[in-house]
Amino acid sequence: MPLQVLLVEDSPGDLRLTREAFRDVNPFVHLDVAKDGVEAMAFLRRETGHVHAARPDLILLDLNLPRMDGRQVLALIKEDDNLKSIPTVILTSSELEADVMKSYSLQANCYLSKPMHFEAFHSLVKSINDFWLNSVKLPEHKGAGGGSA
Amino acid sequence: MPIEVLLVEDNAGDVRLTQEAFRDANPSVHLHVASDGVEAMAFLRREGVHGQAPRPDLVLLDLNLPRMDGREVLAQIKEDNGLKTIPTVILTTSDAEADIAKSYQLQANCYLTKPVQLSAFESLVKSVNDFWLTKARLPQKP
Repeated sequence: MPLQVLLVEDSPGDLRLTREAFRDVNPFVHLDVAKDGVEAMAFLRRETGHVHAARPDLILLDLNLPRMDGRQVLALIKEDDNLKSIPTVILTSSELEADVMKSYSLQANCYLSKPMHFEAFHSLVKSINDFWLNSVKLPEHKGAGGGSA
Repeated sequence: MPIEVLLVEDNAGDVRLTQEAFRDANPSVHLHVASDGVEAMAFLRREGVHGQAPRPDLVLLDLNLPRMDGREVLAQIKEDNGLKTIPTVILTTSDAEADIAKSYQLQANCYLTKPVQLSAFESLVKSVNDFWLTKARLPQKP
């Protein structure tokens, strides 16, 4: 069964690195991409253009995004009874303690800093896969989501 | 610097396995144990004999506990503005879908089931250590 991961990321370079790393570590991962916060919320709520969007098993969320930033996306996810149970992992270049604290305060499931180097980035994606998609029990989808069967 | 982990677990065998696995995986981990939910909350709130308790960097929480169960502990942690930022990992034998769904609904940071086999248990503790205590950024103590 494919694992649906929603990556919310505006940097084409980071998007490409993440896509290639998942392709290497787990061919069952189906990566959907939203390039800003507005698109991410439209995807999650299956609004126009995204009515057939898959409910993600995991969300990887950057903080600094155009139109609606990741903090706002996180707050909206965790305030929404239908979306709050989707594990949402912050994946950002910000190392600011205020961002770490704010994210956990908004109930991010965890916070990861993007490494600068290619190999470390690849290794982090492997860790995300090993932990979140292999070790952790994720919630099932039935009855949840925006209504598509 | 020591890493403070609070294990909330009533089964003495699982406590011992977890202690031994952390000793192997990461000697910087200082493991505190609360054997029921009431003691866990007293530790987190530094009540009574827990007046000097350190704030945990990570909580490992069983669900089925005497006096106050893990679901109630989780709900209290995540409703408390002083405690909600502490990553709280469910570690339980239950693989009931209702427990998984309820835990994420209550904002557990993640849900893990205890493997029965010793080697798998050790390997799970190692993966918790590798992910949460080396890869993830944890909030600094206030």
